[in-house]
Amino acid sequence: MIRVTLPQHLRELAHVKSEIVLEVSGTPTQNRVLDALESAYPMLRGTVRDPATMRRRPYIRFFACEEDLSNIDLEALLPAAVANGSEPLRIVGAMAGG
Amino acid sequence: MSRVRLLIGTQKGAFIATSDGARRKWEIDGPFFGGWEIYHITGSPADPNRLYASQSSGWFGQLIQRSDDGGESWQPFSNDFSYASEAGTHQWYDGTPHPWEFARVWHLEPSPGDPDTVYAGVEDAALFRTTDGGSSWTELAGLRTHNSGPSWQPGAGGMCVHTIVLDPVDPDRIFVAISAAGVFRTEDGGSTWQPINRGLRSDNLPDGGAEVGHCVHRIAMHPSRPQVLFMQKHWDVMRTDDAGDSWHEVSGNLPSDFGFPIAVHAHEPDTVYVVPITSDSEHYPPEGKLRVYRSRTGGDEWEPLTSGLPQENCYVNVLRDAMAVDGLDPCGIYFGTTGGQVYGSADQGDSWAPILRDLPRVLSVEVQSLP
Repeated sequence: MIRVTLPQHLRELAHVKSEIVLEVSGTPTQNRVLDALESAYPMLRGTVRDPATMRRRPYIRFFACEEDLSNIDLEALLPAAVANGSEPLRIVGAMAGG
Repeated sequence: MSRVRLLIGTQKGAFIATSDGARRKWEIDGPFFGGWEIYHITGSPADPNRLYASQSSGWFGQLIQRSDDGGESWQPFSNDFSYASEAGTHQWYDGTPHPWEFARVWHLEPSPGDPDTVYAGVEDAALFRTTDGGSSWTELAGLRTHNSGPSWQPGAGGMCVHTIVLDPVDPDRIFVAISAAGVFRTEDGGSTWQPINRGLRSDNLPDGGAEVGHCVHRIAMHPSRPQVLFMQKHWDVMRTDDAGDSWHEVSGNLPSDFGFPIAVHAHEPDTVYVVPITSDSEHYPPEGKLRVYRSRTGGDEWEPLTSGLPQENCYVNVLRDAMAVDGLDPCGIYFGTTGGQVYGSADQGDSWAPILRDLPRVLSVEVQSLP
């Protein structure tokens, strides 16, 4: 069980009010969490990662356990606290002004 | 009495304004998709309750929204705009080859006869089509892979297919305009394309009369006369009488022939509207006066329409997709500004009144005439 928080626009798009909980098969990596996210909420496909490259969109950040995980390998294991559900993976819209 | 429904796309959401046939009092609904850029929101001529919206954001990419109930409820549909073949390269601003990369949908053009068929003009320049109501999109790759494609360059706003005109008589004939490549036409439903820019002159090109490279801002057609197209180019207002085989200038007595939108009266094929802008360096109206210009002679002779429009200290722009005409009699005309105003005229442009004053920057305006 992985807890995920989404930025406001994506919460509205997914019709969820607060953090969501995802069942992720196997060891949790960012890719697997995003696969589970897009499977559970198809309307979010393409909004977090580019559908052509499957890479994180430039203005999306992944935070957890007070660390910036945005640039770690997408296949790297997520922190244990995220994997065991005690901390959420935070998907955040980067500060970009405007 | 007939009704009209205005569909307004802005930099921070969409709005819908409805009125009866008098077009004096408006009910406003929205914002829809608050905080998102709505490059275009439009309706199907075959089913006015079927609406499509291009919703995008620098953070979250592209979405396509669809409504089946006139905008009361919306659902996201497919946002997969994958190029159909190896993307190849076009020219970047510095002249180097740059890979084709999808950025956003600029314009949606529903089929006149089928609510499930819609064409989408995208950045980087390509044309897509759905025939299943937005569930999937397929590129008509013959446009992007035209042999001139590697020479296309973006304008300041990006390299996009921003205008799609469907021939109402011949479903295999489509016109598109690309900034900054020019106008292209297909006669076989989108398989093959040819540039149709003969007669255009652009001083910002090394060869002003080049076959491609022109920054065409918008083209418009009256459905009763598909051989005749009007064009607002970066500079110059142009006209063709042979479906684009040749163009001639009809700027005539306009105070400036720079601008973005151009529209044709719903019932008078030779009545045309433009909004002159001072220059490509000064994207606001000449003398701070917001004036729509109307020609009733198919170009060359233009009259300013000013009643009800600000005639001092006005420094807004009107973007290419932000002017539309309704099908009522007398014809109504509407436009939105970069300052967030939406103006309407229920008498063919003779007089104007604001419908909305304080929206975000208006990116597109469409109007539906409803029973």
